[in-house]
Amino acid sequence: MSDVVEIHVNGRAVRVPASASLAAALLAAGESAFRRSVTGAPRAPLCGMGICYECRVTVNGVAHVRACLETVAPGMDVVTGG
Amino acid sequence: MSGVAVPPDAVVVGAGIVGAACALELARAGLRVLVLDAGDVGGGTTAAGMGHLVVMDDSEEQFALTAYSVRLWRELAPSLPPECEFDPCGTLWIAADAAQLEAVRRKHEAYTARGVAAEVLDGAALAACEPALRAPLAGALLVPGDAVLYPPGAARHLLAEACRAGAVFRGGSRVDAIRPGAVVVGGRALPAGIVVNAAGAAAPELTPGLPIVPRKGHLAITDRYPGLCRHQIVELGYLQSAHEMTAESVAFNVQPRRTGQVLIGSSRELVGWDPATNRAVLGRMLERAVHFMPALAAASVIRVWTGFRPATPDKLPLIGPWEEMEGVWVAAGHEGLGITTSLGTARLLADLITGRTPAIDPAPYAPMRVLSAARRHG
Amino acid sequence: MAETAPRRVTADVAIVGAGPAGIAAAVRAAESGARVVVLDEAPRPGGQIWRHTTRGTLPRGARRWLERLDASGAQVLSGASVVDADGPRLLAQWRGEPLVVSAERIILATGARELFLPFPGWTLPGVVGVGGAQALLKAGMPVAGRRVVVAGSGPLLLAVAAALAGAGAHVAVVAEQAPAAAVRRFAAGLWRRPAKLWQAARYRAGVPRARHRPGVWVTRADGDTTVREVTLTDGRRTWTVPCDLLAVGYGLVPATELPRLLGCRIERGRVHVDEYQRTSEPAILCAGEPTGIAGAHAALVQGQIAACAALDRPAEATSLLAARDAWRRFAARLEATFAPRDELRTLADADTVVCRCEDVTLGRIDASWGSRAAKRYTRAGMGPCQGRICGAALQYLFDWTPDRVRVPVAPATVGTLVHAAALNTEPQDPS
Repeated sequence: MSDVVEIHVNGRAVRVPASASLAAALLAAGESAFRRSVTGAPRAPLCGMGICYECRVTVNGVAHVRACLETVAPGMDVVTGG
Repeated sequence: MSGVAVPPDAVVVGAGIVGAACALELARAGLRVLVLDAGDVGGGTTAAGMGHLVVMDDSEEQFALTAYSVRLWRELAPSLPPECEFDPCGTLWIAADAAQLEAVRRKHEAYTARGVAAEVLDGAALAACEPALRAPLAGALLVPGDAVLYPPGAARHLLAEACRAGAVFRGGSRVDAIRPGAVVVGGRALPAGIVVNAAGAAAPELTPGLPIVPRKGHLAITDRYPGLCRHQIVELGYLQSAHEMTAESVAFNVQPRRTGQVLIGSSRELVGWDPATNRAVLGRMLERAVHFMPALAAASVIRVWTGFRPATPDKLPLIGPWEEMEGVWVAAGHEGLGITTSLGTARLLADLITGRTPAIDPAPYAPMRVLSAARRHG
Repeated sequence: MAETAPRRVTADVAIVGAGPAGIAAAVRAAESGARVVVLDEAPRPGGQIWRHTTRGTLPRGARRWLERLDASGAQVLSGASVVDADGPRLLAQWRGEPLVVSAERIILATGARELFLPFPGWTLPGVVGVGGAQALLKAGMPVAGRRVVVAGSGPLLLAVAAALAGAGAHVAVVAEQAPAAAVRRFAAGLWRRPAKLWQAARYRAGVPRARHRPGVWVTRADGDTTVREVTLTDGRRTWTVPCDLLAVGYGLVPATELPRLLGCRIERGRVHVDEYQRTSEPAILCAGEPTGIAGAHAALVQGQIAACAALDRPAEATSLLAARDAWRRFAARLEATFAPRDELRTLADADTVVCRCEDVTLGRIDASWGSRAAKRYTRAGMGPCQGRICGAALQYLFDWTPDRVRVPVAPATVGTLVHAAALNTEPQDPS
């Protein structure tokens, strides 16, 4: 098994460690705003363990996925800033 | 509290949306109004409801009151603050098959004949305006003048306006009894020329004889999915579910909220005051929603809650004097239409109290009808 | 009826949570021959303290427990989120699908979460929890070369600072809000708990460049799109520290939503249990942090006691009771030492967001309301976290009691909740 997988973040191909959580992978890829709050402010992970819902992103078309509870998978299509 | 020295002209019991609206109308009519509630503003049935402003045609009388009320809401709409989340989204009454489409056409005639704008959509037009609905459906009646809002926000706004017009609100004040010319709070009689019982499903506790029973409902609200649902959508069978006082029924009814959330209803049960989630009913209600809107299956539900509609035997609210006790007026028993009909109720009540001529005939809503009906049957 | 019946699992013991308490309970019960199912939201068992991507990075004790879990025969369902419960039955969402678990006994090992107290700038990207930083680091977040401030309260601060430093971060300061004297007294008391002392020593050695500052707390964070600077104070003096990661948290609060949904008695924010970890509800037991924050060692002991009691063999737990009680005394000292100071109540200003899901600022909330009215008037607590973050903060700021727990106890799809009624029906005989 490869140590690195390729995922797509807002259309951009990014290579990330295969064992990483999606939240960690997105941070590694330089994403700072995972989502926009209801008043438009940038937000990123807070609790890292599925409680706060700040790390919500769209994964393969499914909205409101908590990035901290997902493990990256090859070809995963991620949209941030929603 | 200010205004204790001068007794109020009117005490409104209950700060739900009906009580708040009544307080506003009475204060604007020049009465000194005191509003009492055991809790705070809009915390009872008002907080549990969906918030539709909808014209309904279960009966001629229901049509008159809802159409009048929706007109009043639309006049008020420009002045509603954002917290009311007013959304002029219109209602779609959907027809699953050709037979229901026929019923939709009859409904269309009834609405337009009574001056309420409506439009029949065929299956394709319906799919175009609500792409998440199951296909094929036969069509729908679009009632563009209907709207939705956030009931506790609206109740709070109406009460704030009432207070601006001179009314006084006292929360955390449970009214133990209504007596001729007074209410009893914490063992002390508070004099009032007029007492308005707007206590919703609890109204019979204060005015024995009011035939109001709690009719339980469940609601579920999703996370934010902007655009998933664009109109209030109701299955044509909803009226039947609402009309028949059967033990248990569910009907498809969803609403888009200003937040992008989807509010999912509805269920009806007669089980007294038990607030526990009935998982069988919840399951059937959600299943009905998925049946009509399959994309909802993947939507995330954040909260489920129950509430109690104040239901009357003839599906009409009780608005007017309660002649069994001097000075007591009733504005209660609105079942699932209290958000819509709060404004019409309040205007009607204030008209009757102040001797103005009401815009619609108040007779069908007179509380005493239930007594005469009971005596007829007795 | 729902078109397709949900998947069902039956077990003697169902355990919610696969942290130390849940793992110990599962191992003990399964090794005794019971059919055990464990539901856990994370991708792998371990909980927060033993979170990992590869087991090689874990301490030996943790590895041993995980190996025992593997060998025990317990069925572990990772990625399963429990969304509803009634009696000894659970409705979970597992891999996007509904799952109904029927068991003779349920052991709740739902753990804890961090207490976050709002201050200006706490919503900026780059401001994370202390446990949050640890979790993200273990999940692969790169920190090499980043300037980090670790702040808040509790023994976790040093542990996380050490881990961050070990991963190449520059830890500028570790700001512990508890007064220096209290921290010293606590450290001295650690002699009575050699395991903890060893841990503490290791953490301290791991942060050679860090400056551990008791009696210091964060008053604000600033930055445009991400945190750039943190303001600290000791109550007399105020200064700023540039950083690009702020890890801040004020200790842990028990996760009691599921126990509350099941009707378990709660006392002072904790699940009330008897000597054998039995809750007020029949067939429901609770172990670990929900019964009071005491750490992993305590959780391991409690999990084993709960397993013995769940199998109606409480006598087998007798040898563990003394250890559990010792950890309880330790927990009481922990709580007293690291209780948040009153000054932290005044950090948020009128423009500070309190409810992060709905962006409700403190200025819109009236202290006299209570949590239910605040929901209605401002939407505070109405978002997908169901008030877990702002609820604890508002409880601390205004002494409000949390609103009652409803179905679903965690967000669940409509497609899953369609099957809620399965909690109240007998599983169908497959034959």
